[in-house]
Amino acid sequence: MPTLQVILNEHPHAGRDALIPVLQQVQEAQGFLSRGAITAIGRHLGLPASKVYGVATFYNQFRFQPLGTYHIQVCRGTACHVKGSLGTLESVQRLLAIRPGGTTKDGLFSLETVACLGACGLAPVVCVNGEFFAGMTPEGLRRLLDTFRKRGTAHDPGT
Amino acid sequence: MRIEINERPVEATQGETLLTAIRRAGVRVPTLCHMEGLPPTGACRLCVVEVEGQRGLIPSCSYPVYEGMKVRTHSPRAVRARHTIVELLLSNHPDDCLYCVRNGTCELRKLAEELGVHQRRFTGLSRASRVDVSGPALTREPSKCVLCGKCVRVCEEVQGVGAIDFIGRGSATKVGPAFDEALNLSSCVLCGQCVMACPTGALHEQSHVKQVLDALRNPEMMVVVQHAPAVSVTLAEAFGLPPGRDVDGKMVAALRRLGFHRVFDTAFSADLTVMEEASELVHRIQSRGTLPMMTSCSPAWIKFVEEFYPGFTGHLSTCKSPQQMLGAILKSHYAESRGLDPAKIYSVAVMPCTAKKFEAGRPEMIHDGVSDIDAVLTTRELAELIRMHGLDLEALPPEKADDPFGGRSSAGKLFGATGGVMEAAVRTAHYLLTGKEMDVLDAVEFRGLEGIKEARVRVGDLELGLAVASGLGNARALLEQIQGGRSDLHFIEVMSCPGGCIAGGGQIIGVDPGAITARMKALYDIDARSAVRVAHRNEGVRTLYDTFLGEPLGEASHRLLHTHYTPRHVIT
Repeated sequence: MPTLQVILNEHPHAGRDALIPVLQQVQEAQGFLSRGAITAIGRHLGLPASKVYGVATFYNQFRFQPLGTYHIQVCRGTACHVKGSLGTLESVQRLLAIRPGGTTKDGLFSLETVACLGACGLAPVVCVNGEFFAGMTPEGLRRLLDTFRKRGTAHDPGT
Repeated sequence: MRIEINERPVEATQGETLLTAIRRAGVRVPTLCHMEGLPPTGACRLCVVEVEGQRGLIPSCSYPVYEGMKVRTHSPRAVRARHTIVELLLSNHPDDCLYCVRNGTCELRKLAEELGVHQRRFTGLSRASRVDVSGPALTREPSKCVLCGKCVRVCEEVQGVGAIDFIGRGSATKVGPAFDEALNLSSCVLCGQCVMACPTGALHEQSHVKQVLDALRNPEMMVVVQHAPAVSVTLAEAFGLPPGRDVDGKMVAALRRLGFHRVFDTAFSADLTVMEEASELVHRIQSRGTLPMMTSCSPAWIKFVEEFYPGFTGHLSTCKSPQQMLGAILKSHYAESRGLDPAKIYSVAVMPCTAKKFEAGRPEMIHDGVSDIDAVLTTRELAELIRMHGLDLEALPPEKADDPFGGRSSAGKLFGATGGVMEAAVRTAHYLLTGKEMDVLDAVEFRGLEGIKEARVRVGDLELGLAVASGLGNARALLEQIQGGRSDLHFIEVMSCPGGCIAGGGQIIGVDPGAITARMKALYDIDARSAVRVAHRNEGVRTLYDTFLGEPLGEASHRLLHTHYTPRHVIT
């Protein structure tokens, strides 16, 4: 994965119109947008950090905390909603004490909502590190989290 | 071209916005987000009008005129839309208007009144948000924010600072510094231009009114006050008097009736600043020191350099600002020569500025726990005190400021307007370099509201390159030129606020743009009428040098009147 500096070097003399592509590349490489990355991007493009942060927080795709070992995507598309995905989301939030965009303190789990995973037949569906789990009721979800907890040791959540 | 507004023909010019044409036609269409001179954003939608042939309502602020367009500004549909917008803005707005600092000057309240919004039809979720009191001069109350974006634009587009921006989206949108941090960690320079732009009470200064009242009521304290040059030509507007009236004497009378024991004039110490700064300039030129030298009386500008251009701190004049010079003299020489304990002197400054509150709290300005300046009141806060005490400014007989720091030349008074410090300094630098007065004192090339003004002035054998910038965005442009290698300049005056202190962040809110010009004219009229127009002929300043300071840049001056700067690490 390219480092921040390598990505910035790919955009010499770039201005504000390069902001979103640069943000995307940095998140792609680092998994999230760190404070250091945001201020460095701002300096490179000649934008105040407040502007970079403002643009990044406008879009759902950007996160400001590192991904957990297990990245949970809860589908909030129409079919999943009808099948009760709000309850699923609320129970993840309650069980892990994080909000969408957040990462647990031990670095094991991170949470994100997505508009539709394209698996409406499995509603309500949850995706963990690319693996789909169908019919995720709050109870099923609790068991799923337990399985991952037993399986994986946390990595350093970083900063 | 010809257009039609409310069934009347109106002449319009290609390229102008519909709002401009509407206003010229004598029709008032309300806006919350329009800013004269900046590109429109169409954020608030209050300026919507009906245009024949268009399906939706048109935001007039960001719509160009075209030949033959037919506009109805107050059709039932447009009026209803505005009514609903204000209702929605109020749906999650706090109900504490009676306690709000902007009670009386709130544009949202005024709009609600104009549009006849008298009850709450929608109740939005109140946006729980913490009040940010971290900034040493400014307070943010995000719950009162209507997201018009004017603070964001003035900070970035006019001041070139960009300390705040919109964060998030939709109903969760808010305005704040990067990473939603507190203001004290941001690059905010505390100039207060956002306060002047804010239509509501979401941004205001940190009030020092209570501290000052406590000091005035403390029988152990001797409370002294100084007032800045721009205040006397502005204060009248707070009491409904026309802009541009100088109420210097009446203000002095009011300050005495408020209980201040001594009333001094910051223009006196502005004269003192001119003596030191002009001497410093001459010294730098003669000793091949760091040039161009840059003025140091505007504390937001100092903070700006410390944050964004730390490599330029050596260019800043080491002179303290007039406020801090007088503060330092009061707590040292003045106290000593009168047998007073400096800790028992409470030193107040009335300033057109919010950043002056920050300046007074800088650690360099505090010695052994004693601050040179204890409290800074904005022009607005002084007006509040005057009202609180039932004083009728108009009816008060004028009084003179106290000796020994009440007398001024009109050069010191010019510090209130952009170009004024330059004009005052050139008059004295000429005298210091040649021993002669200038033939013509008026330096018209430095007058007026233009953002950057330059001139080359002959002083004796020297030709000096001089530049004046007001508004930090303009100052930044000048710094970039110098960084890019420009080397023909000797001296640069910078005032953080566009137009100078007369348009400072601590001035009266909600006045006509023409008021700034009127205040400026008032200062130049004072100068034209004045018997003493150069700082080096100020008798009080001469006495101070003779009896205490010795000479400009001398040992006592260095100890009391000069300071140093440090690079600042903030989120930029």
